Amino acid sequence: MIAEIGLACLWLAAALAVLQMVSGAMALRGAADGAINPMAIYARPAAVVQAGLAVLAFAMLLWAFAITDLSIKLVATNSHSMKPLIYKLTGTWGNHEGSMLLWVGVLALSGGLLAGFERRLPERTMGAALGVQGFVALGFYAFLLFSSNPFERLPVPAVEGVGLNPLLQDIGLAIHPPTLYAGYVGLSVAFSLAMGALLTREVNPAFARVMRPWVLGAWVLLTLGITAGSYWAYYELGWGGWWFWDPVENASLMPWLAATALMHSVSVLAARDALRTWTIMLGVLAFSMSMLGTFLVRSGVLTSVHAFAVDPERGAFILALLGLYIGGAFAIFALRAGAVAEGQRFAVTSREGALVFNNVMLSAILAIVLMGTLYPLLTEAFDVRVSVGPPYFNPASAIFAVPMFVVMAIGPLLRWKADTPARVQFELTLVAAVLIAVIALVSFFGQFPLLPLLGLGLAAALAVAALLPLRGRRLARVPTATWGMVLAHFGVAVSLFGMACEGAFTQERLAAIAPGATEDVGDFAVTLESVTPVAGPNWTAIEARLAVRQGGGEPAILTPQARNFWSPPQATSESALLTRWNGQLYAVIGNQNEDGRWQIRVWWKPFVTFIWYGGMLIALGGLLAIAGRVRVDVRRRKAARLGRARRADLAALGGAAPAPAE
Amino acid sequence: MKAKHQRLALVIAALVAIVAAGLIAAWTLRNQANYFYLPEQMAATPPAVGQAVRLGGMVRPGSLATEADGVTVNFMVTGNTRDAIPVRYSGILPDLFVEGSGVVAEGSLRADGVFIATNLLAKHDENYVPKELEGMGADRAAKVAADTTIGLAP
Repeated sequence: MIAEIGLACLWLAAALAVLQMVSGAMALRGAADGAINPMAIYARPAAVVQAGLAVLAFAMLLWAFAITDLSIKLVATNSHSMKPLIYKLTGTWGNHEGSMLLWVGVLALSGGLLAGFERRLPERTMGAALGVQGFVALGFYAFLLFSSNPFERLPVPAVEGVGLNPLLQDIGLAIHPPTLYAGYVGLSVAFSLAMGALLTREVNPAFARVMRPWVLGAWVLLTLGITAGSYWAYYELGWGGWWFWDPVENASLMPWLAATALMHSVSVLAARDALRTWTIMLGVLAFSMSMLGTFLVRSGVLTSVHAFAVDPERGAFILALLGLYIGGAFAIFALRAGAVAEGQRFAVTSREGALVFNNVMLSAILAIVLMGTLYPLLTEAFDVRVSVGPPYFNPASAIFAVPMFVVMAIGPLLRWKADTPARVQFELTLVAAVLIAVIALVSFFGQFPLLPLLGLGLAAALAVAALLPLRGRRLARVPTATWGMVLAHFGVAVSLFGMACEGAFTQERLAAIAPGATEDVGDFAVTLESVTPVAGPNWTAIEARLAVRQGGGEPAILTPQARNFWSPPQATSESALLTRWNGQLYAVIGNQNEDGRWQIRVWWKPFVTFIWYGGMLIALGGLLAIAGRVRVDVRRRKAARLGRARRADLAALGGAAPAPAE
Repeated sequence: MKAKHQRLALVIAALVAIVAAGLIAAWTLRNQANYFYLPEQMAATPPAVGQAVRLGGMVRPGSLATEADGVTVNFMVTGNTRDAIPVRYSGILPDLFVEGSGVVAEGSLRADGVFIATNLLAKHDENYVPKELEGMGADRAAKVAADTTIGLAP
């Protein structure tokens, strides 16, 4: 019954998406006397009920995985009755169909939240936005129902499940995909709102204030998802790297870049009523990148741990959806953008100017990443096989990232509308001095590659610059949203510092040693004490005991493993990490040579953890910004309500009503 | 400057930056894209010394030798013809890397014709078949796909 209930929920939700789409479109027409079209009132309830149904469908699949219902094809091919419960549950989205159902569930849920709680926009704009949201959802319902039905039954129930890829049997999987998906799909709301505003020509600060929390929320989730994914790849793959420029990583990075640009541009629109069409364009671009990411990851055009199944029909389906939505959105944009009135003007040296510059730099980096990601797919059409890696991505994106970081240091110090460099002379000198001093100091002590060197200098300069907006202000009176900006910018500096240190100072030791022997890496002495076989619930492994001594102190014990899973049969390398405040020691064990020695590989990575601390700071900054904005918004609405009540009282008393202040 | 002119200036500035990004990307891709070679291709038209490329083929049985340090291996990679490329790799071998199996090696050619691999791609799951091995001839590709390498793209 579970599968049938889930499937019925999906069909009903798809039907409601049609209603939402039609009813939303009706809102655009308006009734004869300018009132709301009576057909338009169904969009909101349709979105809310649809959210409930889609979430229920996902819950049904979760339940099927929890009890390992082997009559469902998806469960039989992806789960196993002997798996620990937590991995049974996370296995729900560790496969193509389940993850698409999660995608659609989050899409419907965010549409429902928008419909249920957002009352500030004009009804016409809201209707149009909900209509677009319904249209997007409908496409993905069709994709699920026609080409990847998660609830398909087997004619004869399987005796036992096949199991889940062991690389995915990890707690990282529990958080990484749902966070990223929520971020991807949160951008769909920004997209729908942007299209709604474009269709009704209501691109103004009020609209930007509605859109901002959605963009910020999606951006925070994307930041967390990318940070978690990077750490997961770092410790799970056992290669010691934290970013591989894998197409799938790029697929999550591209929406993040677009969302970062959008978030800043929407702030300009909210605060200064400038950058109207640019904001709309970025809104369309950000969700387009989300969908492109979904296409790249889920269509099977890539060979990777993320590409669950290679099925050309699905790829073609997603590609068609992609073409329809992105093409349609940009066509409407091209037709309507000219009709949006120009916003306020600003000088080149102003905060808007700096934000525009960095928006363009972010878009350029996005273009670089996009080209590098799509190039191998393109050449394959001509039967030339290439792969594109760090030698392309690092220098090409640095060309735009370096000026971006410089402007990012200065931008928040400038005033809105117009400013002169002379006013911020002291700050400029300080930031430049820090930049030059750090680069000079580091290159004095050793020879390092250019990019990590620049990264160290920029990180220091940015860390100082991030705190400068607080200078001369009463800290208790600084708005929460400003704290958010300071924290997020500081987080970028922290993260950059971690990346640069990892690039410049990592030490590696690769050796074959017999038990009892000692190798040195950094100022650590690593002794291989023993190698023993161990067993887990669904794997066996050989485990090395490494005693790590720093100076003369007590040794810390590290136990890297080489694991063999038996369902499905697959081997993985489990790294062992020793975390210190100033870095991590990373150890993996390899094979045994014929002479009995074991291969071990140990890295000392100074400050590598700062990469992820920085990511978390950035996300925390985003959260503070949301909290600050929402609080101000609530307060403003309360003041407006009190003002209205007071004026109504005065009017009732017969006195002349004072002009509204807000 | 009127609002309209400012918008035009912004659009032009953005376009210039994006086009510049595109040109830089195209130029860098030409130089830095990592081409895939079969052993016979590498023997016929070797890539420039030091250029990052990928080499895919079979590990010739009997050619795998470990050096005294215990972590450096040398082996020959063969393709559809009799050409064989010597490969040298320092590191932990992928779990299912054995003689006779398929392999994709990332690295570059040294001046003496030895391919210095920085990374060997290893089989993690038979569901993930590398596109690189599709061009190996029908019989061998089927064999390779069925019982050998790869997956996890770096």
